[in-house]
Amino acid sequence: MRTLPALCLLLVGIAAQAETPQRIGETYAAEAAGRQAGFTPSAQRGETLFRQRFGNNDKMPACTSCHTDSPLSAGQHVVTGKAIRPLAVAANGQRFSDPAKVEKWFGRNCKEVMARDCTPAEKADFVAYMNEVR
Amino acid sequence: MPLPANAPPAYQAECGACHMAFQPALLSANDWRRTMAGLKDHFGTDATVDGPAGQEIGSFLERNAGNAGKLGSAGEPPRISQTARFVRKHREIPAKYWKDPRIKSAANCEACHRGAADGNYSEHDIVIRELRR
Repeated sequence: MRTLPALCLLLVGIAAQAETPQRIGETYAAEAAGRQAGFTPSAQRGETLFRQRFGNNDKMPACTSCHTDSPLSAGQHVVTGKAIRPLAVAANGQRFSDPAKVEKWFGRNCKEVMARDCTPAEKADFVAYMNEVR
Repeated sequence: MPLPANAPPAYQAECGACHMAFQPALLSANDWRRTMAGLKDHFGTDATVDGPAGQEIGSFLERNAGNAGKLGSAGEPPRISQTARFVRKHREIPAKYWKDPRIKSAANCEACHRGAADGNYSEHDIVIRELRR
């Protein structure tokens, strides 16, 4: 019987690894709603964020610098030239399926391009756009 | 010179996301140590790898590092493309190619060496026809 709690923890751990883009978007949306009552994610705002140019990094002024103007297309790292698989879920089923990975790359890329962290609302909008764009 | 089979998954996930997961033999142990210590400003990018993953990657790189004597100095910060070995191997490449949009950067091994990730750097398999031997 002593192994039961351990087994439950293990199952929770496995369940936490694979997620759907919807679930990941909902988690960010819930976090955003906690700060701003009535928040609902908007794919349109997500697209605006994706295309917005920030005056922070000459080589990477926007998400599109590496990910191209279409999230459905493969991109290329603007400095190293490394190929980047598409961001849109419709074109790359592996996107937005691992919460830790999503959080890591928001952390890294928001800082790089915008010189600040993205807010939960921005992340929810961004995930909505990547999930819906066809 | 393929990537050692015992490469931790974190190496591909962390380092190999922005550039090829370079074979550890391309840099000396001391230069890998300095590279890992300077990830906060890694050629202009914050590439910090926290906690156990960072430790794991660092010890993998040092354990499988190249011979410092054969590689030569990699400069400061260490760059694979500045080691004497890399420079000697690429001395016939005209300067304009390093700026070619197909290549972009000396870090982009696969632009010319299609099999680079598998350790194939043969001069007979260069993607760019005019540079092939």
